[in-house]
Amino acid sequence: MAIVLRQLYLLRSSAARVVPLFAWVAVDILLWGFISKYLNTVASTGLNFFSILLGAILLEDFFTRVMHGVTTAFLEDVWSRNFLNFFASPLTIGEYLGGLVITSIGTSAIGLGVMLALAGAAFGFSFAVYGVAFLPFLVVLFITGIAFGIFATAMVLRLGPASEWFVWPIPAMISPFVGVFYPVATLPAWMQYVSKMLPLSYVFEGMREVVSHGTFSAAMLFIGGCIAILYVVVACWTFSVVHKYAVRTGLIARYSAESVG
Amino acid sequence: MTTAQAVLSVQSLHKVYGSVTAVDGVSFDVHTNEIVGLLGPNGAGKTTTINMVLGVLEPTSGSVSIEGNDIMKSRRRALERTNFAAVYAPLPGNLTVEQNLRIFGMIYCVRDLSARIQELLREFDLERLRKVKCGVLSSGEQTRVSLAKAMLNRPHLLLLDEPTASLDPSAAKDIRATIREFATKGDVGILWTSHNMYEVEAVCNRVLFLSRGKILLEGNPKTLPSEHGKSTLEDLFITIAREPLTLGVS
Repeated sequence: MAIVLRQLYLLRSSAARVVPLFAWVAVDILLWGFISKYLNTVASTGLNFFSILLGAILLEDFFTRVMHGVTTAFLEDVWSRNFLNFFASPLTIGEYLGGLVITSIGTSAIGLGVMLALAGAAFGFSFAVYGVAFLPFLVVLFITGIAFGIFATAMVLRLGPASEWFVWPIPAMISPFVGVFYPVATLPAWMQYVSKMLPLSYVFEGMREVVSHGTFSAAMLFIGGCIAILYVVVACWTFSVVHKYAVRTGLIARYSAESVG
Repeated sequence: MTTAQAVLSVQSLHKVYGSVTAVDGVSFDVHTNEIVGLLGPNGAGKTTTINMVLGVLEPTSGSVSIEGNDIMKSRRRALERTNFAAVYAPLPGNLTVEQNLRIFGMIYCVRDLSARIQELLREFDLERLRKVKCGVLSSGEQTRVSLAKAMLNRPHLLLLDEPTASLDPSAAKDIRATIREFATKGDVGILWTSHNMYEVEAVCNRVLFLSRGKILLEGNPKTLPSEHGKSTLEDLFITIAREPLTLGVS
C-alpha cells in the first residue's frame, strides 16, 4: 500500500500529473467522435460509426491508460532516483509490482470514467450499445495493459532511464496489428501472424462481431484472455530476471549512485 | 564482545566486474552497540561493500549475514532489521518530509507509525519542515530527513555512508551526538563511512581501513595511528591511500 499511497500523494499535489490522465483521451474522443458523426451523415451503408470508430478508440485508449498507469508509476521512481531506497528495503518485487498495478487500476478508472462521460455528453455514445459482452473484453484489455506496462518497466530498468522514450509509443506501434478500426483479415499475411499473437486482436475482432452481427464470440474471448494471462506471467518473469541481472551487475545501485566502487 | 552478538557478519566477500576486482575477500563483524568506521580512499570498495550488505548488489562470492539471516537467501528478514542513509540516495524530492516518512514507515512495517514519525521529527528538529517537500530543503535538512528515515524502524543494523558530509560543523556535531546516543541506548550496530577523520575518531569504536578492495588495517581509531608510527588518523589514512606497502601490510 505504500507504493499506492506514494502515487496518491503525487497525484494530489500536482495538476501536471492529473491532467494527462484524461487530456489525451478527451482529445481522441472529440476527434473520433466528430469523424464518426460526419461518416454517419455521408455514408449510406447504414453502419453506426459511433460504435465502430468511437467505441474502438475508447477501448484502445483504455488499454493505453492501463499500460501508462503502470509505467508512469515506475518512472516516478526513476525520475526521483528512488530505486536504492526502495530496493534496499524489505519491499519485495511482487509487492512493488502489485503497487504499480493497483495504482494503474485507479488512474485508468479515472481515464475510463472521463472517456465515457465525454462520449456520452458530446455524442450520446454509451458502451451499453455493446451489451454486457464488452465487460469481459474490457478485462482482457486491462490484463494486456498490465502485461505491457510491466514489460516496459523491465525494459527501462534494463536499458536505463534514457530508454523511457521507447515506452510511450508502444500502444501506437502495436495498433496497426490488432485491427482497432478494421478486420485483421485486411492485413497482409505476415501482419496477421503477428496479430494472432496479440490479445488485443481478439478483443477488437470479438467486439466487431458484437457490433456487426450481434453475436458474442466466446472463443475470441477465451483465446485473447489466455494469451493476456500468459503475457502477464512472461512480463513478471522478465521483470524478475532483469531485477536479478540489475542486482548482479550493480545496475540498481548505479541508478542512484552512478558509480560502483 | 562475542560472535553471538554480531549483528552483521561479512565473510570472504568478493565482487568482480570483468577483470576488475572491486572487493577482494573482505571479512568483518559489527556488534550491537558498536560503531564501526569503514574507511578508505575513493574507489577503495566502501560503497560496493555497503551495497552488498544492503542486498542491492550480489557478491561474486562470500556471504553477508544480518542477525543470522543471509542477505541473498532471507532478504526480507535481513532488511526488516536494517536501514541506511547515504548522500547519494536522497528521499524523493517531490514528497513532503512527513509523506516520505509515512511511506517508508509503511514499507518497514513500523508500528504506531504516526507517533514514531512525530518522535523523529522532534528528535531531528524537523517539525517545522514536516509539510515541506524534500526537494526544496537545504542539503543539511535533507540529511536530517534521511537520518530520520534510517531510524524509523529502530534498526538493529544501521549503515551510514558519509552521513554528515553536507552538514556544517555545528549540525554535524549534533547529528553525531544523536547517532551515538542511538547506538548506546538501542540494540543497534552501526557501519559508518566518512572521510572526516576527526569525526571517525570521535564516533567510532573500531575502524577498518579498506584499500583496493581489501581490509589493510583494523583497530581502535585512537590507538591505531601510533601503532603504525603516525601521529594522527588522517596521516595514517593518507599513507594507506598513497603508499599502503610502507605499512607492512598488503
